[in-house]
This record gives sequence, C-alpha cells and structure tokens, in this order.
Amino acid sequence: MTTPDTDTPLLIAKGLTKYYGRQLGCRDASFELYEGEVMAVVGESGSGKSTLLQLLSTQIEPSSGSVTYRMRDGSLADLWRMSEPARRFLLRTDWGYVHQDPQLGLRMGVSAGGNVGERLMAVGARNYQDIRATATDWLGRVEIPHDRIDDTPRSYSGGMRQRLQIARNLVTAPRLIFMDEPTGGLDVSVQARLLDLLRRIVAEMRIAAIVVTHDLAVARLLSNRIMVMKGGEVIEAGLTDQVLDDPHQPYTQLLVSSILPA
Amino acid sequence: MPALELSDVSKTFTMHLQGGLRLPVLRDVSFVAERGQCIALTGPSGAGKSSILKLIFGNYKCDAGRILVSADDKTVDIANASPRAILAVRQRALGYVTQFLRAVPRVSALDIVAEPLIVKGVARDDATARAAMMLRRFNVPERLWSLPPATFSGGEQQRINLARGLLPKHPILLLDEPTASLDAHNRAVVVDIVRERKRQGAAIVAIVHDDAVREAVADISVDVMHFAIAA
Repeated sequence: MTTPDTDTPLLIAKGLTKYYGRQLGCRDASFELYEGEVMAVVGESGSGKSTLLQLLSTQIEPSSGSVTYRMRDGSLADLWRMSEPARRFLLRTDWGYVHQDPQLGLRMGVSAGGNVGERLMAVGARNYQDIRATATDWLGRVEIPHDRIDDTPRSYSGGMRQRLQIARNLVTAPRLIFMDEPTGGLDVSVQARLLDLLRRIVAEMRIAAIVVTHDLAVARLLSNRIMVMKGGEVIEAGLTDQVLDDPHQPYTQLLVSSILPA
Repeated sequence: MPALELSDVSKTFTMHLQGGLRLPVLRDVSFVAERGQCIALTGPSGAGKSSILKLIFGNYKCDAGRILVSADDKTVDIANASPRAILAVRQRALGYVTQFLRAVPRVSALDIVAEPLIVKGVARDDATARAAMMLRRFNVPERLWSLPPATFSGGEQQRINLARGLLPKHPILLLDEPTASLDAHNRAVVVDIVRERKRQGAAIVAIVHDDAVREAVADISVDVMHFAIAA
C-alpha cells in the first residue's frame, strides 16, 4: 500500500497571492496536498475560494507565489514555468475540473458517449470499440442508463448532466480533481445521490481532490481536510472534523453555528 | 511504551460569539492505558469525559500537553500531529465508537459496517463477510442489511454503529457510552467483544454509565473530576 512517493506531496502551494488591479483576490495561501486526500475550501461569496481554485488549476496566473506538482514520473514541476501546451495537457489528462455549471464542462451538442470518449482520445485512445466500451462502463458507474449514451446532455436533467461531467473527468484516471461547488443548484435528493457517488469513486480511485463549497455538510461528507477562507485569506485549516467540531476563529464559529440542524 | 499516554492535557473553549467567553473544561489530564487494559472514565455529566475521548481522537484540538498513541512501533503525539498523520493513525490504530450513527445517504447497513475494514486495506469480499458476522452477532435482521439505515429505529442504528466501530481490531479503542439504551442481550454482546479485544491486546478507554457493564470490562477507573474545572 505504501509506495515511496506517498511521502512526497502531490501538490504544493506556496504563498499564492492574486490581486485584480488593487483588489485582493487571495493572499498568501500555502498548503501541501497528498495522494488520496480530499480538501474542502469553504467560505462565503467573495472570500477568495474560487480565486484560489483557479490559481491552483492554472486558470489564472498568480501575482506571486508558486504551485508545484509531482508529475507521473516523480519529478516536481513548477506549473508556471511549464509551457502552455504542457499545462493544457496536464489539465486534460492527469487532472479533472468539475464546474458548478455542467454546461461549462460538457460539450452540449455532443452525445454523452462522445463527451466521455473525447477525454480518452486526448490521452491517445484510438480504437472506437474500446472507447465506446470504456465510455459505457463509466456512464454505468455514474448511474446513467445505457440507452441514454447516444443522447446529448441537452436532454439530460441537471443531476444527470453533473454525473456525466464527473464521468468525463474521471475516465482518464486523473490523480487530482478540482471541484467548484459540485452540488450547487441541485435538488437536495439529487445532491445526496451525487455526494454518495463522489465519495465512493474518490475513495476507490484514491484521487486527491480540492472541493470548493459554501456548504459545510458537503465538506464534512466529502473531505478529510478543510481550509476556511475570509476576505481573501485562509483563516483556519486542519482536519475537517476538528475544524467543524472545535472551530477556533470567530468567523469559523459563526459559520458552524449557522448550520441548520438536520 | 504504553499504547496510550496522556500527560498534562488541557482544554479551554473560547466562544467568540459570546463576546470571547472562555470556558475551561479540563486541566492537566494525565493517565496511561497499557495494552490489554480498559480504563473507565467516571464522573458526573459535564465533567469532560467525552471531551477527553475527542481530544485523543483528534476531534478536539489539544491546547497543551501530550497525547501519545503508540502502535506498530510508531508513536504519534496527537496534540501536535499534522492532519495527515492523525488520519493515518485513525486508519491504522485508533477506533472511536459512540452510540450515534452518522448516516450516509444511500449506503447500505452492510457497507457502512464493512467500510472501516476496506479503508484499512481488507479485500471487499472478506470485509463484507466479517461485517455480516458482526451484524448477526448484534441481531440485526438480515432483511435490513441491504438498506440504508437512515430510516431504521434508534436502537437498530446504534447496533449498526457498534458493529461498524467494533469490527476493526484497532490497538486503541475509545468507547463513548456504547451500551446506553441497549437491551440486556446486546449489552452482553458489547461486553463480550470488548473483553475479546482486550485479550487481543487492545488498550481501551471507555465511558460507561451502566455499573454492571463497567465492572465487567474495566480494569482501572479514572475520576475525571480530578481534572475538571467547571462541572
């Protein structure tokens, strides 16, 4: 179970800072993420959690600080010293990104099977039968009925679209997945199904994940670690159950005490 | 090296929403649990018994002192360990059983019980077979095994939680009122399993209000009032 590499972090963020002009987006975020760890980033709108996610996933360039990633060959790469094509390749293959709005993460005019198959082709799969078989298997794993594989996501419900987006992301067996409010905007019963699915798949595949959410119940169910952000800064971080059961910062105490009892 | 050693552990809560009110609960908690030994924490409610278990599990953050957990030739100070180190200790060595089941939507009773073994690296078939034996031991009817426990009665949920918590043979086991509201038969099952785990070398810290159960399992009682500040 232990390989030498599991003692080296998969992702290292150091002093990540982003200013939009004079407006602070995120200041001095530093942490290490290891294989198989799920970290939640919580905070209200404008706290900087989405900025942090975009910085980590190289969608925006930091004003200062660095993100280092351990590549599959074991070498450590500074993401902002990599070439643009190399970064894009990483994002298409070794990483996944689940958007809150599935329309941003899916090609709405392409069949469900095509949406999943496209990611496989990005890592070099060429055999149509294999691609179709793998796509079908993944659609089954995210509980999309077989007879809907040739339909486009336009005909899907919100929950199905989100499950399809997850299948599209996971089909290449990424080592790291970013999720931005993955259950936002879904009905409660649909949320529960999606959370259960995510929890199971992430644990089985031992994927590392960074999940941005404003919902502490989602954080508790999915993550082992948590970072609380406010005004662009990380104000408290630690084990998820420790931070939620024994919050130290005034703002974290306010967040935790604002949860409605189940 | 004892399996578990607490020295001078203190805990104060600061309630920022109540104007920074400081609520000291425990001061200088010190005791040792050897392998094969069961320590019973005693004292009135509010004395801080459950807080001690939560500090050991890393559920509460320790303000001062040391909480040394030793298993497989490794010693970790929970009071100063990284989240990753605490998670590794929990997976490998530390079990925490309460009477309350945190139900996960859509997961069957059998899978809930088997999960801690699977996380420890036991093959799914083997883990499921052992989970089934445990559910049978706690008299959970077989027709319930494939259902998610959210709709089960309180007593059934409690038995499923006990089966889940007592199934892995953790070297250190924390029990918070495991027999509260159980019938006599299931109380006896808990006593049997706890004795079994002691024979296998587990160090156990338990909160047990039932005098008969405590006498049946505990070797030493530690009165938490010695460490309590506000009772």
